[in-house]
Parts: sequence; structure tokens; C-alpha cells
Amino acid sequence: MSPPPSRTLDPKAAIWLAALLLAIIAPFIVSAYNLNLIGRFLALSLTGMGLVLLWGEGGVLSLGQGVFFGLGGYVLAMHLKMADLGQGELPDFMTWSGVTKLPVWWAIFRSPVTAMLGILIVPTAFAVLFSWLMFRRRIGGTYFALITQALGLAFATLLISQQGLTGGFNGLTDYHTLFGLNLNLPSTTRALYWLTLLLVVLAYFGLRWLLASRFGTMLRAARDGSNRIRFLGYDPGPYKVVAFSVAAMLTGVSGALFTLHAGVISPALVGVVPSIEMVIWVAIGGRYSVLGAIAGTLIVNFAKDKISTALPELWLYALGGLFILAVTALPNGLAGFFGSDRWKRPALDETLARWRARKAVS
Amino acid sequence: MDLGFIIGQVFNGFSVASIYILAALGLALSFGLMRVINMAHGEILMVGSYVAYLTIALVPGPLGIFAAMIAAFAVAGLLGGVLEVTLVSRLTSRPLDTLLATWGVSLILQQAARDIFGATGVSVTAPAWLDHTILIGGQTLPVTRLFIMAVAVAVLGGLAAFLRSTRIGLLVRAVNQDRPTAAAMGVDVRRVDAAIFALGSGVAGIGGVVLALLGPVTPNVGQSYIVTAFLVVVLGGLGSTLGMTIAALMIGLFMALSQIFVDVSLAQVLSLLFVILFLQFRPQGVIAVRSRALDE
Amino acid sequence: MNAPLPSTIVPPMLVMDHVTVDFDGFKAINDLSLTLESGSMTVVIGPNGAGKSTMCDSIIGRVRPTSGRVLFHGQEIQREPEHRIVSRGICRKFQTPGVLTGLSTIDNLVIAATADRRWWKSFTNAGQDEARARAETVIEQIGLRDRAEALAGNLSHGEKQWLEIGMVVATDAELLLLDEPTAGMGAVESTQTAGLIKTLIGRHAVLVIDHDIDFVAQLNGHVVVLHQGQLLREGTLEDIRNDEEIAAIYLGRAK
Repeated sequence: MSPPPSRTLDPKAAIWLAALLLAIIAPFIVSAYNLNLIGRFLALSLTGMGLVLLWGEGGVLSLGQGVFFGLGGYVLAMHLKMADLGQGELPDFMTWSGVTKLPVWWAIFRSPVTAMLGILIVPTAFAVLFSWLMFRRRIGGTYFALITQALGLAFATLLISQQGLTGGFNGLTDYHTLFGLNLNLPSTTRALYWLTLLLVVLAYFGLRWLLASRFGTMLRAARDGSNRIRFLGYDPGPYKVVAFSVAAMLTGVSGALFTLHAGVISPALVGVVPSIEMVIWVAIGGRYSVLGAIAGTLIVNFAKDKISTALPELWLYALGGLFILAVTALPNGLAGFFGSDRWKRPALDETLARWRARKAVS
Repeated sequence: MDLGFIIGQVFNGFSVASIYILAALGLALSFGLMRVINMAHGEILMVGSYVAYLTIALVPGPLGIFAAMIAAFAVAGLLGGVLEVTLVSRLTSRPLDTLLATWGVSLILQQAARDIFGATGVSVTAPAWLDHTILIGGQTLPVTRLFIMAVAVAVLGGLAAFLRSTRIGLLVRAVNQDRPTAAAMGVDVRRVDAAIFALGSGVAGIGGVVLALLGPVTPNVGQSYIVTAFLVVVLGGLGSTLGMTIAALMIGLFMALSQIFVDVSLAQVLSLLFVILFLQFRPQGVIAVRSRALDE
Repeated sequence: MNAPLPSTIVPPMLVMDHVTVDFDGFKAINDLSLTLESGSMTVVIGPNGAGKSTMCDSIIGRVRPTSGRVLFHGQEIQREPEHRIVSRGICRKFQTPGVLTGLSTIDNLVIAATADRRWWKSFTNAGQDEARARAETVIEQIGLRDRAEALAGNLSHGEKQWLEIGMVVATDAELLLLDEPTAGMGAVESTQTAGLIKTLIGRHAVLVIDHDIDFVAQLNGHVVVLHQGQLLREGTLEDIRNDEEIAAIYLGRAK
């Protein structure tokens, strides 16, 4: 079923290409404030893309993505805090809390190289360990979602309680240089924006490749019938571990980039509530569509920015309504309106029939 | 560290476990029946707390607390029933989507409470007869906490009697064991679902009254207990009430005893670690239910 | 009582050695011993609850024997993870069709036909040409050529049933366990299924569970009768048909 050979660009691709071109020249056409918002939300869209892989294609719902977001963000923020310090100095909040010596797990991220590696490795390694423990014992579905939520809560609680080591409730903020560049210069912000855009594009093509590969097929197979593929001689666990870990890596990078654009990382950005908000971006955009996830992240976050500054009370009602709407009326998200996704899922009545059959034998 | 302190912590563990039982009972019941978790269950606790606040303002005096329990059971049960019929019953084949939709309900209920009662907490005055301590075996124990345990035991006992001896209890057990057969034999499965969901919500309402005795009632009061209540259901096993009770005791005691050595936030982290490690040995939870289905 | 395990140098393909499966006091199979030879055709019959499905489950690792051993080519497999057992060359079709609903029919078969099922191989296309070729052959055998690109979830019940048989065949496993392959099929389809199964004998050992005595007759295999978790009788279908005791408890004819 290869697409018919055609020399003309199909309209959908043309729209996306135009959007990409606009995004590239955005620094010259939008205000600095809006550019910062776009940069932030593009950074967040990496988290959304990870959820397409994990939740849409893998059928694994994580309500604890904030943990990986936070690990990436905190590793970078620790590096940035130290980059502003002289030899032997401590970050201000440590001094206030009576900490006298920089902990080792801070010091290792002083070098830019280890910090960059840390952003990639720390969330991923933790994800591998955690998901391996879960999936090897076949813990999935609702159980898995609830445990990841508890993980998000534990992570945020731990950050808040260790004031002297993590900056506590306020998190880590107020940093000025990255790789010796002044973060406040317009040229630096522009470069960071383009870096973010580049990473989003790379992640998009990377995920496309992964989902089109045999791995993608096996992941969908594991989603639709873990036991079925087990009885065809496959171990479904590793596919889910890989999906979870790749999603975690993307989310960690997302957290680091967000920290750069927003100038802060704190427990309020990584706990239970932000973690589940990450899911709604993708639910709105379309859980089976990588592009949908990018669009959903941008739309929901712009809406949040506009509504919550104008009418703060209204935002939570709107968000609550979005959750309900997304699963009742829009199970395929906005991407569902554009149809022709390559990786269709069975129709709803099929799912229902399967559920009845399952209930019939359980 | 003296023995008295340890005994005090064990006592605390039992009382915290009692709250988890009241919070998780409804979750476990409907999870067993429908395989879904209601993320707005914490807000049903919260509604119970606010109902307690209103009722006790209307009915002061020693028996106000009991009036509050009846009112909270009714209001929370009604709310749960409406939620089941309008939303949850439409999503039963999609348990993960149910999580998300009910989370949306939880956000709306929280914000509504904030708009009605304000973001800062309101306080419930406990009846004077609860405001004592008594001396048991050399330990001074607050009566409130003993009362909470008594409520949990009474609710568990009441539920067991209800499921054992009423007609609807019989239907619940039938649907729990074999949904299609029960449906084929004329049991209105959806009504049983709704009834149990409402019943479980009512129990959470009673849990909310109990929470109101322990501290100020805020729009977030349910959130502080509900994540652990979810863990209790996971640890307990597939919707088993007995497993849930054992799991609540395990987590309650684990939290209380680990606080002898570490602070409360670390105790929370350790209790999650404990659950994860426990599931390594018993992935089905405390009480395992055997299933013959190919995909569960 | 010890089963007289053959002392030849080449052990039989599959041996169930005094296997008991105890479900909280209910012995679904009770001290069952059975031997299957390579390339053989075996039909298991017995009333509901006789333990037929549980017997398959205990071979494939879906339930674990409470006691006893299962040996495949002389090696104990009763403690291995399911996917390892399958990788050794045993595959089973379940009663309820379990196809991969989100994938196309042909992809279902390709997954089944892929010989190297280790997860890291999924990042490469090694062995995919062979798997695809095999899937193409099987899809002809099961008559779903027209439906190759349809989502398996959108197939009719009968088509799913065929696809599932096809998936089991596509694995090219040495031992195929077919649990009620004709459930929900009409007489014509049953005959087709019997024809397909007969082509498998020799290359594969096949064990079929079925209720339909006409279908069993067509298969012309060695018949095993289970009753209350135990092996009641084995022999040709003629032997079984002429057995008074079996007629009494199973066929319900003569009293």
C-alpha cells in the first residue's frame, strides 16, 4: 500500500511545510514575549511526542511523565546554577539552608559535557529501571497509570522536602549563562529557539522511523494483545520498556529545554497535576499522531496562557471540560478530523466487542 | 526511642489505615465490578467533608457528627450515581480513558468548591465528646482517632452484611463473578454497576466527614489522600475488599512505622518503593483472582 | 506409580508426566500422563470441564502444573516463561479468537511467521523476507488473500477464526495445539478446516480439541478421552465409539 507516485505535494504536507517555514522565521515576525512562549511550548511538545509513542502506540498510560521532565530540567538547572558560581561558592539557597558542601550529585554536572549527557541519561536510566520492574511482572493498564501517578507525587514531595539540596518549593531559578553565552541576549534566545525547533523536527522524524519500523508494529501488537504475542513466542515486556524509556528521554530533553526557555524548574512543574496535563495535550491533538501531539501541545498551552491570564478561575473548568470532551467526543483528537493516519486503531465497537469477549471468559 | 513511641506509631498506623479504607473501599468495589478507577473519588471525599461542615453548622450538639455522616453518605452517593450514569458507564470498555475523563470531573469539582467555599479552608468543630484523650495501656490516645477506626470497622462490617444478606448484594456478587452469565440470566448489570458506584461514593462521603475531624476542609482535602488510596487498591488486588483492607493496613502501618526513622515525605517515597517491591513478588496484589481470559 | 518413561535414546517429542493442576482445591487435571510423537495427529475429546483446555494451558505455560512435569524433547518446560516455551516449537490456538486487532491481516501472519523473535531484532529487517514469503503462503491456505490489508479487528468472526489458525500454522511450530478450531463454523467450513489440518500432519504434530464428532471423524487421528481431569481412554475413534463406559458418560447414549 505505498502511496501513488506523485510529483505534486499533497495539501496536508504543504500545510505542515508552510507551518515549519513560519516557525523558522518566527524570531523575525513575532514579539519576544510570544517567541518565548512558542519556544516553551515547542519544548513541551517533545513530551507530547513521547506520549504518542508510549500511550497511543504502546497503549501504556503514564501519569508520571513529570518525573522525567523534572529529571531533565533539574539536571540542566543544576548545571546552570553552578555555571554562575565561582570556585568554592554554593548556590544561594544552599547557603540559606545551612548546606556547607556541594553534594557530589550536583558537582558531577558542573561540566557542560556531563550535564548534556546527564539530561539524556538520568531520565532514561531511571525509566529503564522502573519500567523493567513493572513490565517484567506484567503490571500494565490502570495499575501502571496509578503507580506512575504515585511516582509523580513522590518525586514532587521529595523535591519540596529537600529544601537545601533542591531549592525546595521554589525550585531552581535565576541563571544567566549556558556554555559561556549570556542567556539574556536576544541572539542567544533566538539560537535556543532554533535549537528547540531543530530538536522537535529531529524527534518527529526519529519517531516516524521508529513507528514505521518493525519495532513499531511489534509495539502495536503488544498493545492490542500482550498475551497473544506471548503465545506467538515474543516477550512483550521489552517493547514497552523501550517505548517508555524513549518517551522518558524525549521528556527529559523537553524538561531541559523548557527550563532554558522559562528560566525556572520547580516541583509545581513536575508533580501530579502537571503530569496529567501533559496527557491532555496529546489527547486533544490526537494520541495516534505525532504531528497531532505537537499541534495539541501548542493549542492547549496557548489556550491556557490566554485564558488563565484573563480569567484564572475559568481555566480549570475549561481544562476539566477538555479532559471529558477529549475522551468522549474526540477519542482520536484533532488529528482524527484529518483522517488517514497510517496507524489506525480498530473501531470503537471492535474494542467493545473485545471487552465483552474478555469479560465473557474472565 | 522508647516503646511507648513505637506503640503510638502503630496506633497512628491503624488510624491512617482506617482513612485509607474509607477512601479506597468505593474504588475497590467498582474496580472489581467494572475495572475502572474514578479519579474524582478524592473530590467525593471532599464533598463529604463540606457536607459535614454544613450539617454540623445546622445541627450542632453531640449527635451532629452522625447527622453529617448520613447527609454526606446521601449527597456523595447521589453524586457518584450521577457520575456513573452520565459518564463512567459510557466508558467502561476504556479504563484508561475513564481515568482521564474522571480526572476532568475532579478538576471541575475542585474549582467549584473553591468558588463556593473559598480557597482557604473551613473548620468543622468536632463534638465535645470527641475532643478527649483516653489512657489505654499507658498510652494517651485521642478519642477522634479511635472514633475513626470505629467508623472504618462499622462500615466494613455493614458492607459485608449488606453484600451477604440483601438481594442487591447477591446481584453484586453474581456480576462480580461472571458478568455475561449474570446479564444473560436477567440481572440488570448496568444498574448494579450504578448502585455499587453510588454506594462506594457514599462510603467516601463518610470518609470525608472523618477527614473534616482531622483538619481544615479545603478544596484539595481529597487530593492529599487519594493517590495513596489508589495505591491501596493496586496493592490489594483486583478489586478485592479483603485485599484492599489488608493493603490499607500494610501501607498505613508502613508509613507510620517508617516515620520513626525518616520524615513524612521520605516515608511517602519509601511506601511507594514498598508497593513496587511487593508487586515484584505478588504482581496480582495481596489477593489474587485467577482469570481464564487471554487478555486481562 | 511411576510412568514407564521410554528409555530409548531419543525421547518422545512431548511427555506430560503425572501432571496435576489444582485450582484452589479443584483438580482441573489430575495426575495426567500423556505422550505425543513427532508428526502425530491426536484428538482430545471429553465433556465440558474435563480439563481439555487446561491440559493445553499447562503445556504452553498459561497455567502451571501444581505437580508433575512437562517435557519437550526430554527437557522440562513447565517452569519456563510462555514465550520461551513457544520458541521451542509449540504453538496454541485459543478458544476465543485472539488476533492483533490494530494490525493488518498480513502483518498478523508475518509476526507469527518471523523466526527470530528476540526484541532487539525488531530494529532490523533480518529474516523478514522469509517471514513474508511464509505469510503469503499461509494467507492463500486460509483463503484470506482478499483481506490481506484489512485490519484484523475488522474481520468477521469466521475470518478471525481462520486467521488465528493461520497464525498458528505460520509459526511453523513443531507441535500445534488447536483448541476448538471449528467453534462457530458451519459444516462446509469445518470440512475445509479438517482438510487444512490434515495437510499439517507429518511436518507438525497436531493436537486438536473439539466437540464435533463429525469433525473428529474427518481428522482420523489418535483419540484421547479426558474425564474429570483424567485420561479415561485412548485409541482409534472406532474403539472409543464402541466403548460402553464412554458412551454412558460422554456421548450420553446407552445407559
